[in-house]
Amino acid sequence: MNPISEKLVDLLKQVTGYIYPNEIEVHWGVLVVVYPYLTGLVAGAVILASLVKVFNIKEVQAVYRLSLLTALAFLLIAPLPLLLHLGHPERSYEIFLNPNFASAMAMFGFVYAWYLMVVLLLEIWFTYRKDIIVWSQQENPPMKWIHRIVSLFSTDVSDKSVEFDKKVVKGITIIGIPSAFLLHGYVGFIFGSIKANPWWNSVLMPIVFLFSAIVSGIALVIILYMVIIPFRGEKIDMKCLDKMASYLFYAVIVDFSLELLDFIHRLYQSEESIKILSEMVMNKLFISLVIIQVLLGMLIPLAIIVGVKLFRFDEELRKLLYFVSVILIQLGIFATRWNVVIGGQMFSKSFRGLTAYKTELTGIEGLLMTLVLLVLPLVVLAVLLKIFPAWETPKRNPVGEAAA
Amino acid sequence: MERRRFVKKLLAFVIPGGILGVILKPSTAKAKDYDATKHYYGMGIQVNKCIGCGRCVEACKDENGVSKEPFYFRTWVERYTIKKNNEVIVQNIDPRIEGIRESFGEREILRSFFVPKLCNQCDNPPCVQVCPVGATFKTDDGVVLVDENRCIGCRYCIQACPYGARYLNPVTETADKCTFCYHRITKGLLPACVEVCPTQARIFGDVRGSASPLTRFKRMNKLHVLKASLNTEPKVSYSGLDGEVR
Repeated sequence: MNPISEKLVDLLKQVTGYIYPNEIEVHWGVLVVVYPYLTGLVAGAVILASLVKVFNIKEVQAVYRLSLLTALAFLLIAPLPLLLHLGHPERSYEIFLNPNFASAMAMFGFVYAWYLMVVLLLEIWFTYRKDIIVWSQQENPPMKWIHRIVSLFSTDVSDKSVEFDKKVVKGITIIGIPSAFLLHGYVGFIFGSIKANPWWNSVLMPIVFLFSAIVSGIALVIILYMVIIPFRGEKIDMKCLDKMASYLFYAVIVDFSLELLDFIHRLYQSEESIKILSEMVMNKLFISLVIIQVLLGMLIPLAIIVGVKLFRFDEELRKLLYFVSVILIQLGIFATRWNVVIGGQMFSKSFRGLTAYKTELTGIEGLLMTLVLLVLPLVVLAVLLKIFPAWETPKRNPVGEAAA
Repeated sequence: MERRRFVKKLLAFVIPGGILGVILKPSTAKAKDYDATKHYYGMGIQVNKCIGCGRCVEACKDENGVSKEPFYFRTWVERYTIKKNNEVIVQNIDPRIEGIRESFGEREILRSFFVPKLCNQCDNPPCVQVCPVGATFKTDDGVVLVDENRCIGCRYCIQACPYGARYLNPVTETADKCTFCYHRITKGLLPACVEVCPTQARIFGDVRGSASPLTRFKRMNKLHVLKASLNTEPKVSYSGLDGEVR
C-alpha cells in the first residue's frame, strides 16, 4: 500500500454519510491555502501603496515604500506553494508555453508576469531610481555594486529625469490598482467559476477575495510598520497609524458585508446543497469559520477599532489595541482562505456526506513547510529593505549631472 | 443411441457456431487504421438491470491497471436504499470499503437499486475547460482523455468534475479517469465494464449510429443524465434513474 493510501485508510473512518469513492483524498491541501493568502497580502499592500500615490494622502506616505517592498517580497514567494503542490512541478513551465486559454488557472502566468514585471518592479525601480544612484555614489563595495546593478547603470539624477520618474510612478500606480484587482480577483475567479462546487461557485467570490485581500494587506503593513519602526529606534507616526487603521476599518466593513451578503443569499436561496453545507459549517468548519474567521478575525477587531474611534485612548493603549486587532485580522484572513480551500473539499459533490482533512507536521504538505512559506517572504523583505531602505533618504546632494 | 444423436446435434450447433464466431469476431484491426472522426461514443445504463455484482469495477481495475485500493475508481457502483421514512442511504458496494455496507430489514425498505457510475464523457466537459495546459482533452470521437505526459498534476480538473469521476493516479501523479477503454474501443472492442456485465446493464456504442444496441436503448427508454442542470451534456445516459441519484 502506498503512503498516501495508508493515510486515506485512516481518513476513511472519519467519513460521515456518503462520498464518491474518489473524494476521500483532499486534493488541495494547506499549500493551496497559503497561495491565495500570500497573493491577497500582495494585492492589499499594493492597493494601500496606490491609495497613497493616487489620492496623495500625506499621512500614509511613511509606509509607501514599505508597502511596495512587502508586495514584492510576498509576490516572489507566492508561486512557491503552488509549485510544491503540483504532481509534476518540473512540467510547470507548460503553463507558460502551452496555456489553455479557456482555463482560469492558465492565465496565472500572464497575470503574475504582468503584475511582477509591469507593475511592481517598474514602480519600485522608478520610485527608488534617484536614491539608488546617489547611494551607489556614496557607498563602498559591495553595496555600491549592488546599487549600481539595480539602478541598471542609470546615472541621470537631473531634475528633469526625477520629474519623469514621478510621472511614470503616478502612471504605473493608476495601472496598479486595476492590476491588483485583477491579480486577486482572478484568484477568486479560480474558485468562483467552478460550477461543480456550490461552496465555491459564487459570482461574489472574486470581490470577496479582493476585499479580504485589501484587509489582509493593510493589516500586514501595519504589523510590519509597528514592528520595524521601534526596532530601528524611531517613533511610530500615530497619524499614519490612525489613518491606516481607518482604512482597515472601512475595508473590514465592506469585506464583512460582502461575506454576510453571500451567507444570507445562500440561506435564502436554499439550494440543493444547503443541507450539507450547513452541516459542514456546524461540524467541520465551526472553529475555523465561526470562531476564528468571523468572531476573532472580524467582529472583535471591528469592535476594537470602533472603540478606538469613539473613545480617545492614549497613544500607548491605541498602539496595543491596533496591534491586537491586526494580528487577529491576519489570523482571520488565513482562516478565510482555509475555509474556502479546505471547506470546498470537505463535503461530497453527491451532497450526501462529509470527508476529513488532516494536516501532517512534516512533509511537503505539512505544517512546518507552511510555516517556512509564511516566514520566507519576511526574510525576502528583510533583504529587500537592506537593498532598498524604506525610510532613509540620501544624506548628501547627488554628485553627477544635477550637481554639475 | 440417444447419446449419439445428442452429440451429433451438439456438433451441428458448435461447428457452424464456431465458424460464425470466427467470421463475426470483433475486428482486431490495429488502432492506426482507426478513423476517430467516424465515431462518437456514448453509453447507456439500465438502472433496473444492474444487480450490483461489481464485476464491472473489477474488470475496469484489471483492464486499466487501476490501483486496487478503495480510493481510486474509474467506475463504481452505488447502492441506494430508500427507507419507508424517506431516509436515503447510499453506499459504495466495493467490498474493500469496510464498515460502510449496512443491511436493513426488508420491512424498513421502500425501494432499493444499484447505480453504476463512471466518467460521463461530457460533451461540454468542465475538466477540459479548466486544465491549464490542455493535458485533458476531448478526442474527435467524443472521449475525454488525459495525456499523462503533459499533465502537471495541479488537480484543478478533479475539482471541476461534478461527478467525482477523477482521481490523482498515485503512481504517475497525474489526473486519471475512465477512458471508455479507449485502447479497446479503437480496435472495435467493447469497454471492459460493458463486456463483463452479466445483465447487459451497460450498453456502449456510437451515439450517432442508426442501428445499434445503444440507439435501440435510446429509442425504447425515457432517459436522464446526471446533474443535467450543470449543462455538462453527459454522453452517459441512464434509464430508470431515480430522482435521489446525484
